[in-house]
Amino acid sequence: MNVNAPNSYRTGPDERGFYGLHGGRFVAETLMPLVLELEQAYRDAKADPAFQSELDSFLEHYVGRPSPLYFAERLTEHLGGAKIYMKRDELNHTGAHKINNVMGQILLARRMGKKRIIAETGAGQHGVATATACARFGLECIIYMGEVDIARQQPNVFRMKLLGAQVVPALSGSRTLKDALNEALRDWVANVEDTFYCIGTVAGPHPYPEMVRDFQSVIGKEAKAQMLKREGRLPDSLVAAIGGGSNAMGLFHPFLDDKDVKIIGVEAAGSGLKSGRHAASITGGKPGVLHGNRTYLLMDDDGQITEAHSISAGLDYPGIGPEHSWLHDMGRVEYVSATDKEALAAFQLCCKLEGIIPALEPSHALAEVMKRAPKLPKDHLMVMNMCGRGDKDIFTVAEHLGVKL
Amino acid sequence: MTTRIDTRFAALKKQGRAALVTFITAGDPDFDTSLAILQGLPKAGADVIEIGMPFTDPMADGPAIQASSLRALANGQNMKKTLKLVREFRKTDKETPIVLMGYFNPIYIYGVEAFVTDAKKAGADGLIVVDLPPEHDDELCLPAMKAGLNFIRLATPTTDEARLPRVLTNTSGFVYYVSVLGITGTKAPNLKDVAAKVKRIKAHTTLPVAVGFGVKTAEQAKTIAANADGVVVGSAIVNAVRDTLNKKGEATAKTKKAVLTLVGDIAKGVRAAAAR
Repeated sequence: MNVNAPNSYRTGPDERGFYGLHGGRFVAETLMPLVLELEQAYRDAKADPAFQSELDSFLEHYVGRPSPLYFAERLTEHLGGAKIYMKRDELNHTGAHKINNVMGQILLARRMGKKRIIAETGAGQHGVATATACARFGLECIIYMGEVDIARQQPNVFRMKLLGAQVVPALSGSRTLKDALNEALRDWVANVEDTFYCIGTVAGPHPYPEMVRDFQSVIGKEAKAQMLKREGRLPDSLVAAIGGGSNAMGLFHPFLDDKDVKIIGVEAAGSGLKSGRHAASITGGKPGVLHGNRTYLLMDDDGQITEAHSISAGLDYPGIGPEHSWLHDMGRVEYVSATDKEALAAFQLCCKLEGIIPALEPSHALAEVMKRAPKLPKDHLMVMNMCGRGDKDIFTVAEHLGVKL
Repeated sequence: MTTRIDTRFAALKKQGRAALVTFITAGDPDFDTSLAILQGLPKAGADVIEIGMPFTDPMADGPAIQASSLRALANGQNMKKTLKLVREFRKTDKETPIVLMGYFNPIYIYGVEAFVTDAKKAGADGLIVVDLPPEHDDELCLPAMKAGLNFIRLATPTTDEARLPRVLTNTSGFVYYVSVLGITGTKAPNLKDVAAKVKRIKAHTTLPVAVGFGVKTAEQAKTIAANADGVVVGSAIVNAVRDTLNKKGEATAKTKKAVLTLVGDIAKGVRAAAAR
């Protein structure tokens, strides 16, 4: 643990939106008044019990919360060490944790009187969640998605269209998640009056990292209560996959001040860290400024952003949420990585042993569980975040396994 | 501190006309062509030159400048070469103000102190960094001012009366009024509105106000020049580069000429505006 550890890891960000070096509001002047307006609206909503109670009601009856904390008995037996629990956020409506945040933001957008919702998406889970909530409330919905991601996530593209959303391909740069974010920001700049930008992860200009974290923290709050009920004590470790880092932050944040809980974030190592084809911003990047915040980023020596690579479209992003960067700097969370191959092996193992088809994103967390659990004692309680289901990924997996569907 | 920008705007004010501010992307499509264009701009009628420092993810820019940035980067342009471009230009032109325009990350990675020192030494006069609002003045604006560079800020239609003073604090050289809501080069400016908007800004500052985003023709430039201290043209120039490239994306004999002809036309528009 860092010798300069603060009294609490849960008080950030400061009033300018910083978590240590990271975070901030690095946006064009056109957006600055909007970001300030959003912050005020969020503060008001947060202080309003009626807002929280409306959100809680939708989370229970529409999303299907609380999600179970499931003891993965056969995986535990197979690995022969730590007792493994899965936080089953893949059972949420729309099949991933993304809807937790979307419900919060869409209710906020309604409060603000915004009628047009824009969002970026990588794997399509955030896009589907946003399209779903927009359909539920009769709001116009525009989803920006990289052309490359559209090709590899066809089922989600069709879902979004069925839900009434317009899916706009991002054709610039690497044509993946970072470019979808650029396009969404460009849309926002051009349509400031009526548009609400529903960001899908704990990144972007302040207050997004804080707001998305708060909405996702329902994962960790539930997990804490459920573990106390099941085992009578807190878990010993938490493991979650990280692209932008929203599912991980949601699980981690309520535990940050429980100093005996070891916390591990798993980045996507793609073809391997040495190959240069990966998406591990903390392990393989350095602090820089992109998409409204300072954080660890993949870039070259000239500060040009480099392309991320991962089998998982949801992790294929050259940055990470600024609070994760800070937690890394402080040494509170350990950030490791898993390769495409390791994630694929974990994916298959989980299907066979637990009857759960995981998304490729949490398969990276499972890969770390597979490395770590066998070395730990049987009374070690480990929680991994099963943040999404894998139906959307079966085509990608089939292709990598050489199976023709 | 008086920079070439201050001197140039003061001189044009005496002449009773607005400045033509032209934008090119450094290294687009290659270093030598962009240097040749740069060297030809003052004679073609550019009063102030903005040089774009290419970045992979230009969030506030439309397709034209995105594409020009990627062309330059693909041909090996980087921050060091952009400063070299300024140094080369200064060998033959000691008067025309140069403003370096771009995004914060490449500057941050270059090192803020090193960058402002090297930019000043190379002969740059000011900076426009799109993703640094006044809330982050400590990052670059204050070090740049200390190094003797103007820090030029963008005011936009969303910058209201309450916020305008904050935007103008620490702004120097000129104020860049973004005439449309949106990214560069996509929408046409609302010409009727410009006079009122410029007047609103001028109520808060003695700095010159230049207007840009979406100006493509001599006619638009003329209308804006009648109501502002400067007209900024960017995407139209960058598109003139694009339209003259060969199939491999390389510059042709037409490239430099097309840009300078366009700038010459727009300069005529600016100069034809009624004396103010």
